[in-house]
Amino acid sequence: MQRRVIFDNKALPYLLLAPQVAVTLIFFIWPAAQALWQSVHLQDAFGLRSQFVGLENFEAVLSDPNYLETVKTTIVFSVSVTVLSLGSALGLAVLADSKIRAASAYKTLLIWPYALAPAVAAVLWMFIFNPDIGILGRALNNLGYAWDYRLNDGQAMTMVILAASWKQVSYNFIFFLAGLQAIPRSVLEAASIDGAGALRRFWTITFPLLSPTTFFLLVVDVVYAFFETFGTIHALTHGGPGKATETLIFRVYQDGVVNHDLGGSSAQSVILMVIVIALTAIQFRFVERKVHYS
Amino acid sequence: MLTRRKLAVSTAAFALAAGFTGAAHAQQKTVVEFWHGLPQPLGGQLEQVVKGFNDSQDKVQVNPTFKGSYPETMQAAIAAFRAGNAPHVVQMFEVGTATMLSAGPAIKPVHQLMSETGSGLDAAAYIPAVRGYYSSKDGKMMALPFNSSTTITFYNKDAFQKAGLDPNKPPATWPEVADAARKLKAAGVTCPMTFSWPTWTQFEQVGALHDKPFASEANGFGGLNATLKINDPFFVKHLQTLIDLQKEGALRYGGRDNAADSLFPSGECAMIQASSGLRGRIVKEAKFNWGAAPLPYWPDAISSPKNSIIGGAAFWVMTSPKRTADEYKAVAAFFSYLARPEVDAKWHMDTGYVPVTLQGFELAKKEGFYDKNPGAEVPAEQLTRTATTENTMGLRLGNLPEIRNIIQEEMEKAFQGQQTAQQALDNAVKRGDTVLRNFERANKN
Repeated sequence: MQRRVIFDNKALPYLLLAPQVAVTLIFFIWPAAQALWQSVHLQDAFGLRSQFVGLENFEAVLSDPNYLETVKTTIVFSVSVTVLSLGSALGLAVLADSKIRAASAYKTLLIWPYALAPAVAAVLWMFIFNPDIGILGRALNNLGYAWDYRLNDGQAMTMVILAASWKQVSYNFIFFLAGLQAIPRSVLEAASIDGAGALRRFWTITFPLLSPTTFFLLVVDVVYAFFETFGTIHALTHGGPGKATETLIFRVYQDGVVNHDLGGSSAQSVILMVIVIALTAIQFRFVERKVHYS
Repeated sequence: MLTRRKLAVSTAAFALAAGFTGAAHAQQKTVVEFWHGLPQPLGGQLEQVVKGFNDSQDKVQVNPTFKGSYPETMQAAIAAFRAGNAPHVVQMFEVGTATMLSAGPAIKPVHQLMSETGSGLDAAAYIPAVRGYYSSKDGKMMALPFNSSTTITFYNKDAFQKAGLDPNKPPATWPEVADAARKLKAAGVTCPMTFSWPTWTQFEQVGALHDKPFASEANGFGGLNATLKINDPFFVKHLQTLIDLQKEGALRYGGRDNAADSLFPSGECAMIQASSGLRGRIVKEAKFNWGAAPLPYWPDAISSPKNSIIGGAAFWVMTSPKRTADEYKAVAAFFSYLARPEVDAKWHMDTGYVPVTLQGFELAKKEGFYDKNPGAEVPAEQLTRTATTENTMGLRLGNLPEIRNIIQEEMEKAFQGQQTAQQALDNAVKRGDTVLRNFERANKN
C-alpha cells in the first residue's frame, strides 16, 4: 500500500524498470532465443543454407562419448575449483582478519590477482610451469621429475585447476573478509572468556555467521567455474592433452567458433543453460535452508 | 556512374567531416577493403606490399586491416558476410579452402574475376603444388595464392658435431633420422628432435611425400563424400616410430599447432620439422650454426619422395550485395600486381615464405639470394621436385581445422600410452569422418 504513495504516476515504475528489462532482453533473452533457434537447425558456416533438423543436434551431442567425457571433466574441474578457491580464500581471510602486523599489505596483495585478465593470469602460469620456458617446469625436470603438462592428463588438469582457482581466490577473499568483519567482536570475546579455543570459536560462531556469504560465493564460484574459466584453459592447454582439460564451455567455443558447427554448438549452449539453471535452483532450494541470515 | 557519384559524395562528406577540403585527388579512387591474418612482423611486411601497390597507381586504394589470427580472420569474414558487409578481399589459411569453396555465392572465384574484368591471370605461372591447392577439380584458380610455406627440417650443426654426426649431411630418411636422434641423445642433447603443426607435418606431408592418400576422393578434391585414410598400415607404422622415439627420449612432442617452434631457435631441440616460414625467426634468434634440409622419407615405401604440399594462405574475393563492377576491377588490378614475379620474389626473400610463381623463384635465383642464404632454396625445391599427383595436390576437406585438432588429440593420447598407434588412428578416422559427414550434410545441394 505504501508503494502507491511513492509512485503517483502509473508509468513511472515501468519507466524505471525499463533499462533493466532492456538489458535482459538484449543481452540474455535475444541471444538465448537465437541459440534455441540455431540448436534445431543445420547450417553451413556462411549461413547460406539452413534446414530444420528437429532434435538431431541434441541427439548427436548427447550420443557422442567424447561429450560425456567432457561432462565428467567439467564436474571434476568445477568441484575442484569451487572447493579449492572457497577453502583457501576462507583460510586466508581468517588469517588476514586477525591482529597481525601489516595486515592491510597482506590484504592488498591477496586482492591483487583479481585485477588480472584470465588470459594474462594463464600466461603467468605458463611462465612458471611450461616445461621448456617455465621456471618451475624446468626446475622439476632438472630434478628428475618428468613434468610436461602437454602430455600428461593429470598434470594438465592440476595446472588448470590451480590457475583457475587462484584467480577466484581474491574475489572470495574480499567477500569473506567483509563477512568476517561484520561478525560482532563481542560474541567472539564472550566465547573466549567462556574458554572456547580458536577452532571451536571458528566452527560454532564464525562459520555459521558467515554462511550467507559462503552460500553466495558457492553460487558465484560454480558459475565462474562453468563459464568464466574459458580464457584460462584456452591460454594454457587448449583443452588438451587429448581432451583431458576440455570443459563444456570450451567445447562450445571450439565447435561454434573454430569448427563452424553452429547447430551442435548451440545445442550444447542450451544444454549448458539448463544445467546451470538446475544447479542454481538446487542450491537455492536445498543449500539455502541451512543458511543462517542473522 | 551512379556509384561513382555516390562514392564522390561520401568521400566529400568524409573530407568535410574530417575538416579538410583539398581531398579532390582522393575522389577518383576506388577503395578496396582487405582483411589479413598476419601478426607482426609479417603483417607489417604485407602492408608494405599493399603500399607498393597503392603507390604504383592512382586509381585504387587498398586498405589492409589486421583481423587477428587466421581462424579469427575467417570468423570475422564469415560474420561480416552474414551481415552483408564482407570485405573485398580476405586472406584465408589453406585449411579453410574447402569451407570457402563451399561458400558458393559468398565468394567470386579468381579465374572468373580475372576473365570478367579482362585482366587475365596465367595459372601456369604458378608453382603446380601451390596452384593445385587453390584450384577447382578442373584446374581453375579459385583463390590467389600469396604467402605459401611448406614443411622442411632445420637442424643444429653444432649439436650434430658434438654427437659425432656429419653437420653437412643431414639425415635423408626416417631410419637415418631415428639413428641421428639416438646419437644426439647419447651425446647429452635433452631434446634431439621435435615437430610443430603435428597433423600437417606428420600426416599431411608424410602422405604427400610417399604418394599415399590422406583421404579418399583424391584427398577430397573429388567430392564432399571423402573419408579419411590415415589408419592405413603405413601411417600406423609412422606414428609408432614417433611414439617409440618419444619413449626413448629421442623425440619430444612440443604441443599443438606451432607451439614447438620456439624449441629450435632456443637451442633446446637439435632437429625440428616445421614450416619453412620459421626461417626468419631462426636467423634472428639462433646462436648456433644451423642448416635446412628436405623432409626425410621412408625408403621402404618410396624410392624417391614426391613434392611436399603447402601451408600458408591465399587471397579470396568475397561478394556483397553492394559490390560494383568498378570495385571488382580494382581488386583485379591489385591481384595482377601481386602476381608480378618481382613482387613475389621480394616477398619470398623478405619473409621466408616460398615463391609462388616459377618466375619469382627464377628471379630470386638470378639475384643470388640462395648463394647468400644457403638452405633458403630447400622449400621451393622440395615443392617443385616432382609433378603433382592426386595425393600431392593438397587437401580439400571440409572443416579441416577440426580434423587437424582431432588428430592432435588422438596423437596426444597415444604418446601418453593411453592407446596404441592403431587405436589412435582408427579413432581419428572415425571422428574425422563424422566431421566430414556433417560438413557434407550442411553443404549439400
